[in-house]
Amino acid sequence: MNIVVCVKQVPDTATERKLRSDDKTLDRDAADGVINELCEYAVEEALLLKEAHGGEVTVLTMGPDKASDTIRKALAMGADKAVHLVDDALHGSDALGTSHAMAQALKKIGFDLVILGSESTDARTGVLAAMLAERLGVPQLTFAKKVEVGKGTITVQRVTDYGYDKVEASLPAVVSVVEKINEPRYPSFKGIMAAKKKPVEKLGVADAGIDASQVGLANSWSEVVDFAAAPPRAAGTIVKDEGDGGAKAAEFLASKKFV
Amino acid sequence: MSVERVLPRPEAHDLMDLVRDLVGKEVAPRASADESAGRFPREVFTTLGRAGLLGLPYPEEHGGAAQPYEVYLQVIEELAAGWLAVGLGLSVHTLSCFPVAAYGSAAQRAELLPDMLGGELLGAYCLSEPHSGSDAAALTTRAVRGEDGYTVDGVKAWITHGGVADFYTLMARTSDDGARGISCFHVPAATPGLSSAAPEKKMGMRSSPTAQVRFDGARLAPEALLGAEGEGFRIAMAALDGGRLGIAACAVGVAQAALDAATAYAKERRQFGSRLVDFQGLSFLLADMATQLAAARALYLDAARARDAGRPYGTQAAMAKLFATDMCMKVTTDAVQVLGGYGYVEDFPVERYMREAKVLQIVEGTNQVQRLVIGRALAR
Repeated sequence: MNIVVCVKQVPDTATERKLRSDDKTLDRDAADGVINELCEYAVEEALLLKEAHGGEVTVLTMGPDKASDTIRKALAMGADKAVHLVDDALHGSDALGTSHAMAQALKKIGFDLVILGSESTDARTGVLAAMLAERLGVPQLTFAKKVEVGKGTITVQRVTDYGYDKVEASLPAVVSVVEKINEPRYPSFKGIMAAKKKPVEKLGVADAGIDASQVGLANSWSEVVDFAAAPPRAAGTIVKDEGDGGAKAAEFLASKKFV
Repeated sequence: MSVERVLPRPEAHDLMDLVRDLVGKEVAPRASADESAGRFPREVFTTLGRAGLLGLPYPEEHGGAAQPYEVYLQVIEELAAGWLAVGLGLSVHTLSCFPVAAYGSAAQRAELLPDMLGGELLGAYCLSEPHSGSDAAALTTRAVRGEDGYTVDGVKAWITHGGVADFYTLMARTSDDGARGISCFHVPAATPGLSSAAPEKKMGMRSSPTAQVRFDGARLAPEALLGAEGEGFRIAMAALDGGRLGIAACAVGVAQAALDAATAYAKERRQFGSRLVDFQGLSFLLADMATQLAAARALYLDAARARDAGRPYGTQAAMAKLFATDMCMKVTTDAVQVLGGYGYVEDFPVERYMREAKVLQIVEGTNQVQRLVIGRALAR
């Protein structure tokens, strides 16, 4: 079974993240780039499926040159090879543009199964899996907390507000995973060394058959009109317990839709 | 801890990144609670083993990572800064593998090392006895050769990982010829006749079990013998040269953790309207701590480079162990002083560092024994 895992480099959530003032895209120099956390779960699931069913795991990422660090992390965990979509023309692509570019690359690579994290910690649109499936004309199984592959079929437990749905589809398919699905492994030192020798293919817009008029900042359907720094945290609400503290706490939580 | 390290190869930086990631996520966060509870973190060693850290300085053909001591020891230092029981545990495990790696036959290396270095097994090193500590050659545990192997009787003391190890590297007497009557054996933990006592109740490092290990008619196959009969003491001393560097690296790690904690506190705490770090009295104290620490690191790395270059390094190893562990005792004690009352309570980690530092002046040869080793080298 050939599995392609889509991974993304995101700014480290532990550091201050910024947008650029000129074109309102992510300021990649302002923070260290790390692999998006949910992508590690996607890589782990791909490796587990490979260990159980055989086949090959290919990592696919789209991003500037330094996104190769993220590829290396996935290869060090145990993926076999990687494809890096890298082209200045891709800069600023929104989710629609990204899904077009990634789908073209996926068609070129070929796959039985595409796995990705259900969202990234930077843009957090959470729509890429669905868009990819539509563009590729294959079933989408999103928010999976458990994946089982049978003969030409795939079954997942799809997390919902009330528990989970059991969803089954034929392969090929696109799956997005949530953090409940597994516990990602640490790369081993040997894995880190081996990763340096694994093949990484770089593809530009033309190489991957991407329609240049569908990608990039200028061709994005969505536009960042304005942005502002998050306001400093406001002072908390103090509730004095006069025998009704429990009720007031519950009211507060309800007003914030926590309960 | 974010020490700027000069490393000999690019791959060592990748290794150090992996180690820092593991320390930050898997080691340091549980240190304090497990120390209080006296809980041995076996699964942490499993995690380190799967990451390939349990055989760093040994050859790749047997499952090691072929890293120079210069790199291996800095890994120990990072781990010890997160949690001494783990850094020292790795040092002891690596020491326990040394006799097979350096003195085992080709057949013994091929059979034993892959599992010992592969990450699933943990080792222990049995040299000391209740009445034979610094005077290691006075040991009385006996291995009597019969037709189909050896029968071992005796008690080993102060054994790190006693009761939790998967294999024991044993020094036992095969003749009465003093130091020349000692032999080295590889003993699987499941060997009938091998048992361990309840762990000692220690001042620090409570999560790392230290126990007596008893041999009551324990039967060993002839292939359990490592090196030649009578070669054990020489093997033990050679192993300890490397082990002493491991302890020096542990001491530097613990001291670095203490300095980091003391410095962070001194920057935050205000008295008389100023940060503590802006009082010259405390700033000079911190400056001395940092300087002694850097000197100790340079000393153990110098000895490591001598070893990596294939040169004699036993005397430098003794100097590094002596200086680094005395430094660690002083630095951790001063760190408690910087934090004042807060330093003396368990809410901050520095009292733990101070308790941990003390054992480093004792293990792998007391610091008096280190002076003996250095003094003898001068007298030669």
